[in-house]
Amino acid sequence: MTPQTADDNFEIPPPEAIGHERGSLTRIVQELVFTVDHKKLGLMYIASGLLFFVVAGLMASLIRIQLAVPRNNFLEPDVFNRLFTMHGTAMVFFVGMPMLFGFANYLIPLMVGARDMAFPRLNAFGFWVFFFSGLLLFFSYLGAPGLYAAGSAPDVGWFAYSPLTAKAFSRGHSTDYWTLSILLGGIGSIATSINIIVTALCLRCKGMILGRMPLFVWIYLVVAFLIIIAIPPLSACQIMLILDRYFGAHFFDTQAGGSAVLWQHFFWIFGHPEVYILMLPGFAIASEVIPVFSRKPIFGYPVMVAASVLIAFISLGVWAHHMFAVGMTSIGNTFFAISTLLVAVPTGIKIFNWIGTMYGGKLRFELPMLFCLAFLFQFLIAGLTGVMLGVAPFDWQLTDSYFVVAHFHYVLIGGLLFTIFSGIYYWYPKALGKMPNFKLGLLHFLLFMAGFHITFFPQHISGFLGMPRRIYTYDAGRGWDLWNLISSLGVILQAAGILFFVINLIYSYVKGGKAGDDPWDAWTLEWAASSPPPDYNFETLPEVRSRRPLWDLKHPDDPDWKYE
Amino acid sequence: MFQPLSRQAEMIHSASLVVLAITAGIFIVVSLLLVYVVWKFRRKGPEDDLKEPPQIYGSTHIELAWTVVPIIIVLVLILVTSRTIGEIQNRKMPPNAVEIRLIGHQWWWEVRYEKEGIVTANELHVPVSQRTGEGMRPTQIFLESADVIHSFWVPQLAGKTDLVPNKKNQTWIEPFAKGTFFGNCAEYCGTQHANMLLRVVVEDPEDYEKWVQTMKQPPAAPQTGLAAQGHKAFFENSCINCHTVDGTIAGGVYGPDLSKLMTRQTIGAGVAPLTPETLRAWVRDPQTLKTGCFMPDMKLLDSEVDAITAYLLTLK
Repeated sequence: MTPQTADDNFEIPPPEAIGHERGSLTRIVQELVFTVDHKKLGLMYIASGLLFFVVAGLMASLIRIQLAVPRNNFLEPDVFNRLFTMHGTAMVFFVGMPMLFGFANYLIPLMVGARDMAFPRLNAFGFWVFFFSGLLLFFSYLGAPGLYAAGSAPDVGWFAYSPLTAKAFSRGHSTDYWTLSILLGGIGSIATSINIIVTALCLRCKGMILGRMPLFVWIYLVVAFLIIIAIPPLSACQIMLILDRYFGAHFFDTQAGGSAVLWQHFFWIFGHPEVYILMLPGFAIASEVIPVFSRKPIFGYPVMVAASVLIAFISLGVWAHHMFAVGMTSIGNTFFAISTLLVAVPTGIKIFNWIGTMYGGKLRFELPMLFCLAFLFQFLIAGLTGVMLGVAPFDWQLTDSYFVVAHFHYVLIGGLLFTIFSGIYYWYPKALGKMPNFKLGLLHFLLFMAGFHITFFPQHISGFLGMPRRIYTYDAGRGWDLWNLISSLGVILQAAGILFFVINLIYSYVKGGKAGDDPWDAWTLEWAASSPPPDYNFETLPEVRSRRPLWDLKHPDDPDWKYE
Repeated sequence: MFQPLSRQAEMIHSASLVVLAITAGIFIVVSLLLVYVVWKFRRKGPEDDLKEPPQIYGSTHIELAWTVVPIIIVLVLILVTSRTIGEIQNRKMPPNAVEIRLIGHQWWWEVRYEKEGIVTANELHVPVSQRTGEGMRPTQIFLESADVIHSFWVPQLAGKTDLVPNKKNQTWIEPFAKGTFFGNCAEYCGTQHANMLLRVVVEDPEDYEKWVQTMKQPPAAPQTGLAAQGHKAFFENSCINCHTVDGTIAGGVYGPDLSKLMTRQTIGAGVAPLTPETLRAWVRDPQTLKTGCFMPDMKLLDSEVDAITAYLLTLK
């Protein structure tokens, strides 16, 4: 059988015809630009996500230098405000999102036993739209000189509350760069989500009924639906903002009777599901890694699926918990406090099921597992501080303080980033055919984890002590000095950790030992393909009888399908 | 926020302690469980790899248990939350309550006691309140904004309430102890968000009344010396377009009311303590003290700076 690739019907002139040898730089660039292969696109997503991650991380380091001591003169206020805006926007839209799409792209076709995503060219479109919208955002530093100075990136905060974004308060074009890059990025996200849904629903191999689909794909299916629901309100309010700024509309123009709170509703109807859009892929990775390194199947598969769906559903009804302080009625506040606290139930179920998976297993502390264990512990803290914030009166004290900063960094770093690292180490052998170096990885793990806690734990305390977020400086003597200094020092360790991570990625690729097809002795279909998989993934499309097809293959005497 | 000195802050504090106790309990139980499982079921050695552990797929009973228990805990939290929200938001103000209009500007606070006819900036003066009885006298604060969203937050006295343009919000404080309490604007509002500080001075009722009486008197125009020259310079330059001084033609509303400038503790919404030196530096060029604030460098002559500073020092 001749393997079919997705771009069979897409005529690319043979390289000889245009004079480029395989392996030459032009040829590589050409392949990256023209490719519609889900694996290449997946890796490109992850690589560009890492690139933006390093840039936005350096921005955060500058922020921490400025805040290390009271009344520091390291940065001008406007420069500082641009930095935290760009840091937040880039981390959410151009690091978190591409990372999660990268994993989805690379793994979903392999996991469901397909040759590619359902719409390969839409897939490439999604990537390039995302990539250029990211560049557009950063280009604002050069391209949006306002009235004051050469550099003029957006400085309205990553949720850009109106009317600070109105023409009267945000002159120049910085806010337009922010608006347009997010609008554009949203288009890419929706394209990729449609692709994920269709792939998961229509391209599953023979025998893979929904109840046998790997949890990873299940959770991504939920995420994709969530994206399709959440992005339109975001795009809508961006368009309204453009209309306000350039066509004299008054949606958010308070001086003409518009509503400042309207923006917040629109933004958080997107913004809160967004938190779960970012966090659920972390759960997806943990749900693959923990069973394999515990040597047991996931505990309570149907409950895990149900909990994911439930989290997604509830997350659509909690947005106004970001707005407890805007002066809603007591009924409104109570409603959103209740819905917020309810999310704790399915999230708790997930944590218990992961612990249940480990119980009675034989845990192997390889790199992916180490990151997942740290994730469990850190996500527990993040979840509990989330409960505190869900209690509206407590939130009146904590919202917009450093406590919130600490909380969502525990979610997005302690939760999401740790599982992303786990996923990168777990699938590195599959994608590149080489084993990641354990010692370098361990250094990365230890340094980064220590740095993370040293940086962000003290921020809970400075929040309790009354330090608001987004201030470029503060007076000595309000009890915040020490905690800020400790927090800034942690950055050094985090940076060192990331350095070892990058070294490991390169070193292991050059010098790493060869990985077989299935180095971790895992069970899902991607490990049945070779490492790295060929363009067509599988020579013959597989057929499965249970959730763990490779387990059945390795244990013919005790296959899963007897019990499921 | 863990040293509450007012009724609202105390109510939040006690609800918070319940929540903290519950979450701390959950944290201890779950993390101990996690540590136990990780330690107990670790791989013991290479011989461990020969045989896979028993494959367990799940258990309905256990799932049910760890669904129901969290639901019960969440119910408790919901009850505590709803009760506290109601108590704080639906609090009825007694008729003797002090009323203040607090208006947020980029980057300072306009403070108006409409009943008393007092206007000042960046500093609230309120009487101390008794927990019960005759001496109970809370302060109601009506929150508005002239430009973008700001947020009122004095951690020891009250949680946050936003000052939203085109929307009327309110909150209340009821301090039980005397002293000066610090607050920040807690919603990002632009360049100088960090230097939009607020002070609440809580005084004995008698001292508070005395303060009200002082504030009601318009300042006397100086007749002699440097201050008189400064008075002249103040009215000849464009100061009066933005600032108000009671009893004169200076009626600008873009900047803080200067009638009782010298009663305040700080300058530039808390960017520096108010002293003759900082005041002079401010008149010389506000941008050196507070980069990006809306008062421009007026390019005054040194002699004018000295004179205007001398005049401003008489405003008390």
